[in-house]
Amino acid sequence: MSFWTDPMAVIANLIGGWLAGLGMTEGWVTFVLSFLGAGVYALLVMLTVVLLIWVERKLLGRFQDRLGPNRLGPWGIFQTIADMLKIFTKEYITPNGVDKVPYNLAPILAVAGVLSVWAVIPLGATILGANLNVGVLYVVAIGAIGELGIILAGWSSRNKFATLGGFRAVALLVSYEVPLVVSLIIPVLFSGSMGMNNIVHAQKDIWYIVLAPVAALIFLITSIAENGRAPFDLTEADSEIVAGFNVEYSGLKFGMYYVADFMHTFTIAFLFSTLWLGGWQGPWAEKYPMLGLFYTAFKAWFIYFTIIWLRGSLPRFRIDQMINLNWKVLTPLALVLLMMTAIVNRLVPEGMLVVRTLALLAVNGILLVGTSWLLNKFAGRNKRVVVAPEPRPVARPEQISSES
Amino acid sequence: MTALQIIFLFVAAITLASAVMVVSARRMMHAALWLVLALAGVAVIFAMLDAGFFAIVQVLVYIGAISILIIFAIMLTRKAMEDVGPQLNRGWWLAALAVVGVFAGLAVVIVSWPGVMATAGVGPDADAIVNFGKDLVDPDKYVMPFEVASVMLLAALIGAIYVSVEHKGGQP
Amino acid sequence: MIPLPWLLIFAAALFCIGLFGVLARKNSVAILMGVELMLNAVNINLIAFWRYFQATGADSSRAWTFVAVVLVAAAAEAAVGLALIISAYRKRKTVIANELNLMKG
Repeated sequence: MSFWTDPMAVIANLIGGWLAGLGMTEGWVTFVLSFLGAGVYALLVMLTVVLLIWVERKLLGRFQDRLGPNRLGPWGIFQTIADMLKIFTKEYITPNGVDKVPYNLAPILAVAGVLSVWAVIPLGATILGANLNVGVLYVVAIGAIGELGIILAGWSSRNKFATLGGFRAVALLVSYEVPLVVSLIIPVLFSGSMGMNNIVHAQKDIWYIVLAPVAALIFLITSIAENGRAPFDLTEADSEIVAGFNVEYSGLKFGMYYVADFMHTFTIAFLFSTLWLGGWQGPWAEKYPMLGLFYTAFKAWFIYFTIIWLRGSLPRFRIDQMINLNWKVLTPLALVLLMMTAIVNRLVPEGMLVVRTLALLAVNGILLVGTSWLLNKFAGRNKRVVVAPEPRPVARPEQISSES
Repeated sequence: MTALQIIFLFVAAITLASAVMVVSARRMMHAALWLVLALAGVAVIFAMLDAGFFAIVQVLVYIGAISILIIFAIMLTRKAMEDVGPQLNRGWWLAALAVVGVFAGLAVVIVSWPGVMATAGVGPDADAIVNFGKDLVDPDKYVMPFEVASVMLLAALIGAIYVSVEHKGGQP
Repeated sequence: MIPLPWLLIFAAALFCIGLFGVLARKNSVAILMGVELMLNAVNINLIAFWRYFQATGADSSRAWTFVAVVLVAAAAEAAVGLALIISAYRKRKTVIANELNLMKG
């Protein structure tokens, strides 16, 4: 068992041996090791998010035909550190009459609701936080804790805009959980287990995005909606000028929401790569787990780029468009897809991978074509009528008639 | 006193304290937040009893959905006057007496039951949850409760929508 | 392992606190919160008994189905109850249980 074939066990043995040498009992050694591992992992994730904020700003700049940050350091790479210093030193303005405990707890819950997901993402064959055999369910449950943070923020700010913004945001998030969970059932169906590492192991022969591309698409769309990113970012940019549920936060507390937002995108990219793109699978990934880390990051990078691409390209949805999209398009599509995938998966006998793939691809294709046909057919039904303005008297009528 | 027992006492104390705050908090929103803490404590106890699946389902269903629903209901039924004045009924001391009596009765029954000092076995094996899933759709086993629970959820969904739709013309 | 009497007495205490909430609170939503506490106490009891008497056997499904149905029933009841409370609030402008007395004789 060298370092390269099983890095986590080697490190754990080293530190555990040293701690036991200091005289700790078995239970305490395990406790301290878990604590240390969780702390180091969380720290690494947050430092990576700092790097990714810079990546996102540069990419957005390029999409919008400008340079992005380029003053501090080569290619502006220290810009995020400057922003962090600025946010650390800002004053905490606590409005009069807020409930102290929920007001301060809400940003913590928002960050915890994203950071805790990292405990179950397998970064390598043996590099993962906790091998829960209900990992997929855990991911959804932790998302629910994040929503609780938003409600606490909205309500404890004692501000009508914040409260309304918070409640509207949570209503949207809870609605978008439905197609998210249904689309998450599909990798569980294929691999027979809810544990994330088992799902990655089961993608040895073929990636699940090939077997169920529509489900992967639904997962991506609903995850972006859960994140509150463009084009679904009405929860933080609408409410007309004010920022929604986090309007009364300043300084590092607002910074926590900002960090949680970017970390959530990063988490979505890794979840997508684990569940649909085969995670750490790759040449020699089982023998050398550190290579698995590189593979999963490489795959996640494409998804991260796509999400930023969507952010820079699409205009914001209105709230009724978002609600219609969820309940009239995504939820029925996800349910029908789940039923047909389950039926086709059972009909094709075990082991015939090519036939199974082609059958599932056919099902997905039919659903995609059918959905777009239905959408096109009913697209023109509820057109908003734009009333042309009445002709009104102007100062120089001769100029108007000459133009028209 | 093993570490597990110390952690259980700690979590149980927090849960019971939160439950007391739920039933005695003056402001409804605070009561809802204490309820969230109590439910989280119950989830931790599920996890300590090797029922990790139910711990996560507890967080997902109770904290992620029911608590949010309760908070929405509190917000939608709030007037400035609601949180002022005594929060307990006129006969609350009678209720307290009855509750103490019930608890004493339960405690006596629990302690005097001969099988109470049972020792725990090894715990469920890894594919207990796989068997659970299979048994939930097995016609000889538990497909009936599963389907009935689904129909009950459907009925609850339809009922809640119907009750809360505002009918035009003042019709209930 | 945690001694069984501790778990059972903890569940009984949680149940009794919920019962007090149901009997003594004025606000209907608070009564519903008491009911949720009672249902959670029932779930703890079930899981405790399962862990001590059935976990080593091959069949955990009976206990787990029971717990799952109790959970589902609690969720359904909370949803319908809160919808009713909101609807009653719209008509009567109050959620105090004592004041919802249209059918009082």
